[in-house]
Amino acid sequence: MKAGIVVFPGINRERDMAIALELASGAKPRMVWHQETDLSGLDLVVLPGGFSHGDYLRCGAMAAQSPVMGAVRAFAAQGGYVLAVCNGFQILTEAGILPGALLRNASLRFLSMDCHLRVERADTVFASGYRRGDIFRALMAHGDGNYFADTHTLDRLEGEGLVAFRYAMPNGEITPEANRNGSQRNIAGIYSPNLRVLGLMPHPEDLVDPLMGGIDGKPLFDGLAAAFTPLRAA
Amino acid sequence: MSMGKPVDQTLAREFGLSAEEYARVLDIMGRTPSLTELGVFSVMWSEHCSYKSSRVWLKQLPTTAPWVIHGPGENAGVVDIGDGLAAVFKMESHNHPSFIEPYQGAATGVGGILRDVFTMGARPIANLNALRFGRPEAPRTKAIVDGVVRGIGGYGNCVGVPTVGGEINFHAAYDGNPLVNAMTVGIARKDRIFLSAAAGIGNPVVYVGSKTGRDGIHGATMASAEFAADSEEKRPTVQVGDPFTEKLLIEACLELMATDAIVAIQDMGAAGLTSSSVEMAGKGAVGIELDLDHVPQRETGMTAYEMMLSESQERMLMVLRPDREDVARAIFEKWELDFAVIGHLTDSGRIVVRHNGVVEADIPLGPLAEQAPLYHRPTVETDKQPPLNPARVENRWMLADALAKLIACPDLCSRAWVWDQYDSTVGGQTVKRPGAADAAVVRIDGSARALALTTDCTPRYCLADPEAGGRQAVAEAWRNLIAVGAKPLAITDNMNFGNPEKPEIMGQFAAAIRGMSDACRVLDFPVVSGNVSLYNETEGRAILPTPAIGGLGVLEDAAQAVGIAIAPWLDLVLIGATVGWLGQSLWLREMAGREDGAPPPVDLAAEKAAGEFVRAQILAGNVRACHDVSDGGLLVAVAEMAMAGGTGVRLSTGPREIPGHAYWFGEDQGRYVLAVPEGAALLRAAEAAGVAAVRIGTSGGQDLTLPDGGTISVTALRAAHERFFPSWMGT
Repeated sequence: MKAGIVVFPGINRERDMAIALELASGAKPRMVWHQETDLSGLDLVVLPGGFSHGDYLRCGAMAAQSPVMGAVRAFAAQGGYVLAVCNGFQILTEAGILPGALLRNASLRFLSMDCHLRVERADTVFASGYRRGDIFRALMAHGDGNYFADTHTLDRLEGEGLVAFRYAMPNGEITPEANRNGSQRNIAGIYSPNLRVLGLMPHPEDLVDPLMGGIDGKPLFDGLAAAFTPLRAA
Repeated sequence: MSMGKPVDQTLAREFGLSAEEYARVLDIMGRTPSLTELGVFSVMWSEHCSYKSSRVWLKQLPTTAPWVIHGPGENAGVVDIGDGLAAVFKMESHNHPSFIEPYQGAATGVGGILRDVFTMGARPIANLNALRFGRPEAPRTKAIVDGVVRGIGGYGNCVGVPTVGGEINFHAAYDGNPLVNAMTVGIARKDRIFLSAAAGIGNPVVYVGSKTGRDGIHGATMASAEFAADSEEKRPTVQVGDPFTEKLLIEACLELMATDAIVAIQDMGAAGLTSSSVEMAGKGAVGIELDLDHVPQRETGMTAYEMMLSESQERMLMVLRPDREDVARAIFEKWELDFAVIGHLTDSGRIVVRHNGVVEADIPLGPLAEQAPLYHRPTVETDKQPPLNPARVENRWMLADALAKLIACPDLCSRAWVWDQYDSTVGGQTVKRPGAADAAVVRIDGSARALALTTDCTPRYCLADPEAGGRQAVAEAWRNLIAVGAKPLAITDNMNFGNPEKPEIMGQFAAAIRGMSDACRVLDFPVVSGNVSLYNETEGRAILPTPAIGGLGVLEDAAQAVGIAIAPWLDLVLIGATVGWLGQSLWLREMAGREDGAPPPVDLAAEKAAGEFVRAQILAGNVRACHDVSDGGLLVAVAEMAMAGGTGVRLSTGPREIPGHAYWFGEDQGRYVLAVPEGAALLRAAEAAGVAAVRIGTSGGQDLTLPDGGTISVTALRAAHERFFPSWMGT
């Protein structure tokens, strides 16, 4: 798998992401500086977490204007696969590549804690390591993860099956209690209509090693690695 | 302070210099100094920069061991952790600013200590913080706690360094003077440590990072200066942090450090450009010439005095190899940071500062450093209190009731509300997050090794007996590292005390140093860096003496680290001797409403023997969970293990000769609770090692079953434990 991780100034989970991708695929991802515009040869483009430009104007707003984003937009338009986590998700919504917005958490506080996600569909490259309805643990680490969109957009996302993951209780129930940041309809992640762009707030990349508290996030990366590893002759 | 006023003894006093110190300035200069020169002398000779009251005592601390690469005197301490790697760490206070403006005070505290670490070439991998606040019911406490926690999170989360541990105490003595002590730990190749001693006559002096503004001018002296009510220059002395720029500065500096361009580097912390340039040139025994016209400025019309004294954040000063200037400039331009050559090194042994073509300061560096004031201030020892006889302390409570109250009190309750606002996992290397173990455990990327990190101090012990308290603080840090299986290597100390001009305060300081030195020596646990914060008083009332200790240890294999969570069907064994020491215990304070008696003594020989035994058992794979016994005593330790693991414990009866409340809540030192599959084997091993050990119970079920017939469910315990912060803060 040839993955590229876009590094915007202020991004800080690019190394976590690189570790998870390399662990799953055996290949070191390419670090793509935000001024670069050539994404050719990549199977997967990743927008990692962090605080691009300090989140100073609005999370992701300035990064969405970076030179690399034109290339990311073209890459996605041509059917390329894009994984955007946390600040990456915020950047994609600011760039209009995914709908909606990420508002301040309902508590108005940064939330750093485990959460549980329910897999809403597994027939995508990103979720192929899970089964539909699976509950897996991921790490929240964000101040602005409260997913918001108008009712029409939310209905469309649900109607078209584009909700990727929802915040759930460990037993799978979708409750307000599970929805710590106050997201509309417990939405933690969404897909583009062609299911090739995934944006999500929690961090699967920080749970890929039993030593760090679990491997619940590993199937996501294993699924990606399997999808992009050419079949070898037996 | 006023720009229009003549430079004389009156102005010198406003700048914090005594008459005698000002006379020395005149003697060194041979003339009346300029305003800028007076500013330089006053900040360099301030308590904050010169350690004039504490230096004579700090010298007593043990600072060496075979694994110590750089002890005190550099920006941070450096220890060898094996595999060609070094850990770089230090703790520093930001107390006064955090009281004035809690968010920015705490945030810039984190930013400042991060710079001390990455300036030495280390990538920061963990932050911790030791916090002390006033009584929860005191008027400002809630706003201070909220602001400090948001500030630490706001800065640390954004720079992408995980906040993995720390401690919080509440006490009336901190009502008007909270303590915010921030610690950063970084990793570097041990053959790539960057130091601050300037070298190479003619080499360029380069300024990088943020622009200079008028913020924090004279911050190093103003904390204790008297202001006139109408003083026009009265400005907020608290700086404003910019974690985004800090993140860029980290990446740019580390990128540059991978080249051979840097000769010397130092961050601009307290006293900004003055202390960084004076110290770099002084350490290198060279001269330095600065042209302030080239300093990147955020405001117009700044004077030399203002630029030299500004404490604007996120700035560094470097001496570069002249032929590598372009390489360095390109890196900083890529990261969109200011880069300016503002001077060069000379052989004059003087600092010469020019602005608009005028020499604004010309000071000989030798006398500035060598003739800095040094005080051996008078001391008065704290009167010792007699040990408390536990049999004479009335106990009216069942164990379950006392336990439920203790684990719910502000000093012992769950800190999850705080931790949940700190990103503790960024970097993907956090093996033990806050609350999971006695020390945070962070693996080193690309290595099997991990660092164990802790901060510790029990200020109420230090007030009752500063020497015993100093000894205990070091011993507890050592114990917390042992409890995860780490080899304790070294400490950083953050000495927070009141006004050193009061003999009883200086007596506390001297005694704490004695106790700390004692523990450091016996436990082979030297001090490699530190910070002193004095004058922590409001309206003449001092804080509790608080020598906060930041401890660092190493695990060769991160997978060997153990936490405190217990599983069912394990034997619980108490290691270390118990007499039932109730003096200064939390039980005494929370249940009996008393804060008296001698604090628990630390027997360092027994401490070392117990610790080495416990660590050997952990590394042999015999231990499933381990927790040291500290605040609240044995029953609180067991309850914490039960809550962390979500499993109950059936406890056996304690020894008949010790009253139950003293046995279960006494704070005898040097003890650990180990959860093991085979208690009998552990007891045999302890006996062979000459270490006191006793089986105290078995895990399993949903309840804590107590020897006085009482029972409390783990669910009820957790509810009590987790109540305080959310209900206090209303979230």
